[in-house]
Amino acid sequence: MANFAKPSAPRFSVDVYQNEFLPEGGRDVHAIVTVTATGGGSVTRGTPADGTAAVVIMVDCSGSMEYPAEKMRGAREATAAAVDTLRDGTAFAVIAGTHVAKEVYPGLGRLAVAGPATRAEAKEALRGLSAGGGTAIGTWLRLADGLLRGTTAAIRHGILLTDGRNEHEEPAVLRATLDACAGRFTCDARGVGTDWEVKEVTGIASALLGSADIVADPAHLTEDFTRMMEQVMGKEVADVSLRLWTPVGVEIQYVKQVAPTVQDLTDRRTDTGPRAGDYPTGSWGDESREYHVCVRVPGAAVGQEMLASRATLVRPATGGEPEAVLAQGLVRAVWTNDVAASTAINPQVAHYTGQAELAQAIQQGLEARKLGDVDGATAKLGRAVQLASVSGNADTARLLSKVVDVVDAVAGTVRLKAKVADADEMTLETRSTQTVRVKKF
Amino acid sequence: MSMHRLSGCPSCAEPLEEGDRFCGLCGYALTPSSAAVSTDHPTLPIPPAPPAPPAPAAPPAPSARPAPPSGGYAIPAPAPAASRAASGAGEPAPGWGSVAAAAPTLVGDPADWAATPAPHRPEPEPEPWPSPAGVSYPGPGHEKPYGTGTPPEGTSWDGAEPTPPAPQGPADGSDTRHDRPGGDPGTPAGATSWGPGEAPHESPYDSPYDSTAAAAAPGGKTCVACRAGHVDTDGYCEHCGHAQPRERDHVEEELGSVAAVSDRGLRHHRNEDAFAVSATALPDGSAATVAVVCDGVSSASRPDDASAAAAAAANEALLEALPRGAHPQEAMHEAILAAAAAVDALAPEVAGAQNAPACTLVGAVVSGGLLTIGWVGDSRAYWVPDDRAALPRRLTEDDSWAAQMVAAGLMGEAEAYADVRAHAITGWLGADAYELEPHTAIFKPDHPGVVVVCTDGLWNYAESAREMAQVLPVDAAVRPLHSAQVLVGHALDGGGHDNITVAVVPFATQPEGEREPGAAQETGTAAPAEPEVEARPQV
Repeated sequence: MANFAKPSAPRFSVDVYQNEFLPEGGRDVHAIVTVTATGGGSVTRGTPADGTAAVVIMVDCSGSMEYPAEKMRGAREATAAAVDTLRDGTAFAVIAGTHVAKEVYPGLGRLAVAGPATRAEAKEALRGLSAGGGTAIGTWLRLADGLLRGTTAAIRHGILLTDGRNEHEEPAVLRATLDACAGRFTCDARGVGTDWEVKEVTGIASALLGSADIVADPAHLTEDFTRMMEQVMGKEVADVSLRLWTPVGVEIQYVKQVAPTVQDLTDRRTDTGPRAGDYPTGSWGDESREYHVCVRVPGAAVGQEMLASRATLVRPATGGEPEAVLAQGLVRAVWTNDVAASTAINPQVAHYTGQAELAQAIQQGLEARKLGDVDGATAKLGRAVQLASVSGNADTARLLSKVVDVVDAVAGTVRLKAKVADADEMTLETRSTQTVRVKKF
Repeated sequence: MSMHRLSGCPSCAEPLEEGDRFCGLCGYALTPSSAAVSTDHPTLPIPPAPPAPPAPAAPPAPSARPAPPSGGYAIPAPAPAASRAASGAGEPAPGWGSVAAAAPTLVGDPADWAATPAPHRPEPEPEPWPSPAGVSYPGPGHEKPYGTGTPPEGTSWDGAEPTPPAPQGPADGSDTRHDRPGGDPGTPAGATSWGPGEAPHESPYDSPYDSTAAAAAPGGKTCVACRAGHVDTDGYCEHCGHAQPRERDHVEEELGSVAAVSDRGLRHHRNEDAFAVSATALPDGSAATVAVVCDGVSSASRPDDASAAAAAAANEALLEALPRGAHPQEAMHEAILAAAAAVDALAPEVAGAQNAPACTLVGAVVSGGLLTIGWVGDSRAYWVPDDRAALPRRLTEDDSWAAQMVAAGLMGEAEAYADVRAHAITGWLGADAYELEPHTAIFKPDHPGVVVVCTDGLWNYAESAREMAQVLPVDAAVRPLHSAQVLVGHALDGGGHDNITVAVVPFATQPEGEREPGAAQETGTAAPAEPEVEARPQV
């Protein structure tokens, strides 16, 4: 596997887990492509960033942030903590978001460079934050995009905090903004309290290849922001793409990130050459992610073998550096009449197929519950409990148990709870896409 | 009943008419036109015999061996020479050489063979096997690799290279290796028609197909499947993704005295069989021929590596032991142990690792008028007398579930082999083998014949010795490579459900006066044949 040559940068490796054996006439090839980046990680120890990263923090300052007042106070403190977590040399800015976006620090369409003085100035500026106004998240993102466009930093990231619905903007405008910003910077999104729309927050994070989560209690905001900024500071390679090459006659059915969260990337393809397309994965620190690739190959006779797809991790050409292939793996198809071989399901494929179904079952179950479809909700959430139990997804199982009474986890028998706290339901929905890795035996 | 002419097509059993060269129904090639030529020039080079045969270092005559107390092979222990001759006259061993006059069927004159100044005599070049791609490999699995991808020159199917085989004889000494070159793909392969037979460390994609394709399309290897794309460094077509044929998909090798063919078959995506054939000389200067065939256990990891390592190791061990005068049965036993060690070495160091590489092994050594067989697993050796009126027989007893059931009297043969567990083997080479029990047996046929050493990919389509004898061309002794090709073709025609590997080893009886006088060989041509058998006690 190809290694990224720069010594300080992480090394990427690609492992493919699949059952390559198909029965005669079999056409669907499933593979889990595990991408692991290792060997970087020096940055979290405070090495100067040398302008490789730029971060814009977007804080919701709408009027509702004062109800309760802990939200605004928590947001101020959390943002200050995030600023403290910035490495020296990182470019940064803080935006106050209402129905319009306003630069809080440093202003004048610039980014500050993190250092003792700028951090102090930024925290001073945060004290002036006050709540008042509506919510138009698209304006925040557009301002962040404009600020980040002025930097040459490879890692361009946003952190967005909201407490309410995107009420003062057409959904289509937000959608268009997200489409425009996709690929220009990555963004984590957080909802504080329980008055925000889960699909909006997860949609932002999904479009901008970041994480989404709920911080129901504002007291936990500081902790969450610090951890989030540490992760951003750990990013070292930006704009990495998963490139899939497929031979003539092979169709890509879907491409999903399946760990650490489920993200469907199928529609995010950019054609990059003959029979090749790139799927964005954002920026990488020391981490491992898994992708479920499903391709449909032309049927072939027993004994034949073909390359169904070549999965390559590509870093684009930037500032004089040519495009680099970081690692690659092969997805194969081998036709056999050995029934034991062709009917076996690869454990990784089975596991992540289950995890994706788990996420879907939770979302559909909660949707049915909101619509008052008790039977549908019970069936879907029961299936979710079963899947979470079988796959060892204890976190999700715990979240589910706050929404349903589990009668028999193995059989998936549940009863809907009569009363469910909003925070519990929103937490389950927001975190429904979180997956666990294959159990190691 | 004369078997000199086939009564039916070996491929489709269509009745044949006198003079048929191809089967009227399926087009199977029956009697290649070069038969007459081949008879004039036997392909069995025997080094000049030393003037005084009874060399001290010669292997002891079988009759001098102490009778083993017990053995894995249920064949009568040797009797003293005289009584053997006498008893043989009265009661031929069942299934073995029950024909009184075996000698007349000997192909060619034994005296000629012995006197042939083999070392510098060029090998006769057999006629190219007529249209093999169309006849023997009709299946879809082979359509691409062997159909469209067959090199236009057709060299790959020619029985032998124009170059004569390396001379063999006493002058070569014990260091001579008449098998494939060590692993350098660039080394001209003396008698090898297909290049190095197996070398797991080499790129599996560096196949002859590729090189010929590259010659046809300069600037890159062209895919054999779509003929449009180039082959990438992974060995797949960058256009259609099709895997390119690997070197081991089809391997042929012929030495003067032995030939072997290995084929991927039609249903497996790679060839997990391997073979090694070689020729060497005993200390007394007489020729010794070695054939080893191994079948990788598919359910284990890296079965292809296991079979390649086992075949190479067993071959090396025999080539080391035989020239220094080791008894062939001892040598075979040691060779199996060496092969087992080689397969063991492939297993990962991790304790408790699952599915250690494993394979079967069957080996045959023809030396000093003796035929030595050794095996572990369900790969087999068959004896087919040149005189097809004589009874052929199987020389090995499978280490398999079915064989055990039959041996224990728990099931009839038909029932046992019809069971899904029939092919589960109970003995193999590999780190996870419970207890290695190499079986060896030694025979002293007194009539000429051919030893067919093969994997179950062949014998599944010719299970009984009689079936095998029917498939084996009558001129197998003089055209071993062609015969091996025919046998492989038979298995492919039958469906080619497994990898197919077969070595054909002609066995010529020692002409009178060549060996020690007074020994069992002197029973001569008129005496009924009785096998000289020693079953080796387990060590």
